[in-house]
Amino acid sequence: MNKQTLDFEKPIVELEQKLGELLRQSEERKIDLRSEIESMQRKIEATRERVYGSLTAWQRVQISRHIARPFFLDYVRMACTDFVELKGDRLFGDDASMPGGLATIGGIRCVVIGQQKGRDMKENLLRNFGSPHPEGYRKALRLMRMAEKFGFPFVAFIDTPGAYPGIGAEERHIAEAIAVNIRDMMALRTPIVSIVIGEGGSGGALGIGVADRVLMLENAYYSVISPEGCAAILWKHRKHAPEAAEALKLCAPDLVKMGLVDGVIPEPAGGAHCDPEQAADNIRATIEKELQILSKTPIEKLLTSRYEKFRRMGVFEE
Amino acid sequence: MAIFKKPILRSLTSKTREMPTGLWTKCPSCSEVIHNFALEENLQVCPKCGHHFNLGSRERITSLVDPDSFEEHDASMSSVDPLGFKGVTTYADRLRSYKQKTGLVDAVTTGGAKINGHSVGLGVMDFNFLAATMGSVVGEKITRIIEFSTKQKMPVILVCASGGARMYEGMLSLMQMAKTSGALALHAQARLPYITILTNPTTAGVMASYASLGDIIIAEPKAMIGFAGPRVIRETTHQTLPADFQTAEFLEKHGLVDLIVERAKMRSTLSDILGYLGSK
Repeated sequence: MNKQTLDFEKPIVELEQKLGELLRQSEERKIDLRSEIESMQRKIEATRERVYGSLTAWQRVQISRHIARPFFLDYVRMACTDFVELKGDRLFGDDASMPGGLATIGGIRCVVIGQQKGRDMKENLLRNFGSPHPEGYRKALRLMRMAEKFGFPFVAFIDTPGAYPGIGAEERHIAEAIAVNIRDMMALRTPIVSIVIGEGGSGGALGIGVADRVLMLENAYYSVISPEGCAAILWKHRKHAPEAAEALKLCAPDLVKMGLVDGVIPEPAGGAHCDPEQAADNIRATIEKELQILSKTPIEKLLTSRYEKFRRMGVFEE
Repeated sequence: MAIFKKPILRSLTSKTREMPTGLWTKCPSCSEVIHNFALEENLQVCPKCGHHFNLGSRERITSLVDPDSFEEHDASMSSVDPLGFKGVTTYADRLRSYKQKTGLVDAVTTGGAKINGHSVGLGVMDFNFLAATMGSVVGEKITRIIEFSTKQKMPVILVCASGGARMYEGMLSLMQMAKTSGALALHAQARLPYITILTNPTTAGVMASYASLGDIIIAEPKAMIGFAGPRVIRETTHQTLPADFQTAEFLEKHGLVDLIVERAKMRSTLSDILGYLGSK
């Protein structure tokens, strides 16, 4: 796996290298280093707990963008079965930055969609770095309607730095594509679960994010503007992104506290990229549990509570 | 040897005309110097070239509705600082200074009104207040006027202008897009008309929610309308943007708005449309 080490992960990686060295020595020279190895393992655990137990907002943003972090199609592979990709918006084209289709999650047949990033330049050019064009949102709407028609729940995986800012996107009215999704998801007559698995970049995220359950992976972020964008406007320089990340309150615990997100899905120690299978298991178990509850709820009640939930969002005085 | 010397015109060209501040305005489009009173009389439109200046929400309401028909709702609703946002300046400071500067409480004024006898729910955004960014107050007031109109079986008219979401309120501001659009879903289910008027500039979060959802979408001439800012697009794509990019005319050409209407004809146009869609 492509392991890009973040600054704050370095102490752990260094200890892991030392542990590797100990293991190699004990193997090669047939000496008993069991106690040293055990103490090193304890030290790694303790360091990991210290580092990951007190992550700053900016550190979480970095984890959420980690190149080795599982992306949407990784979760499709690990947490879903029998995926059938369905392409195109039937209007202009197919947006590879937002693949979708039919999938089975824990025995439940669903329609899924998600934003997809690439790990190398070639894949990123195909996936447009996970930034959808209008066609992505219109394909999502087409698949939502299909979910509604066939009585399948709709599951959306959010992982985008934002909708694409480009000439073509404006010409084909990306603002309208997002707006229509937001409005129509509010009234979609089937259960909807949205999970922010990495970056929740503003309107580009919300365009598939109006759901009965809005969930976030532990180290994902969800924000009205990127920390860099906010820093550039309010601090006049992008280098202040860490302060902006802190000020924006974009991490899952804060958002749950404010009632803007319904729950957090735990990640394995060290983040989803340290144990993708475990992360996928946690996601599958959560989706299964939530869908079982939602599918038993009468649709009218579901729509009312979906509306009421978003209706309550806002803080002001009168 | 030259017989004629080039005349020196320096004294004529370098002379700048001094203007007393607060009395005259120079049109950025045709450079005409206009007396502020004339501009006011003409709804902040340049009498010479038709350039549309920013129009404050109070003046806008007066220009659109039947005399004395506007009944304001939620006039005192005001923003708080839910995140305790600290940047270079605090949100609380910004709010205080904009309230003082504009005499407004926040960036939108809403209420019930009549236009040529048609009862409507009206919301008018004011770019002078923090670039008409959408925070909880804007989202809540817009949602309430939509819900009120649904209940009263009235059309909704929203005059939009916005720099986008109010980032000082973080995710609370993003979620106003969902709240307002959700209210519009119910208004549409009740088969009631919704008209949006896009004024200079309408962008980002507001554009990606209620501004784009009108049954009828009207734009003011030359208004800048779009999702992403032109600077961001230029930096991301390294492309030269078309000259008319993100103008009302560009949107009309691409089929994204119903019509472009100059300010002086806005009231009569609304009245014509309400004649078809509204109920008296």
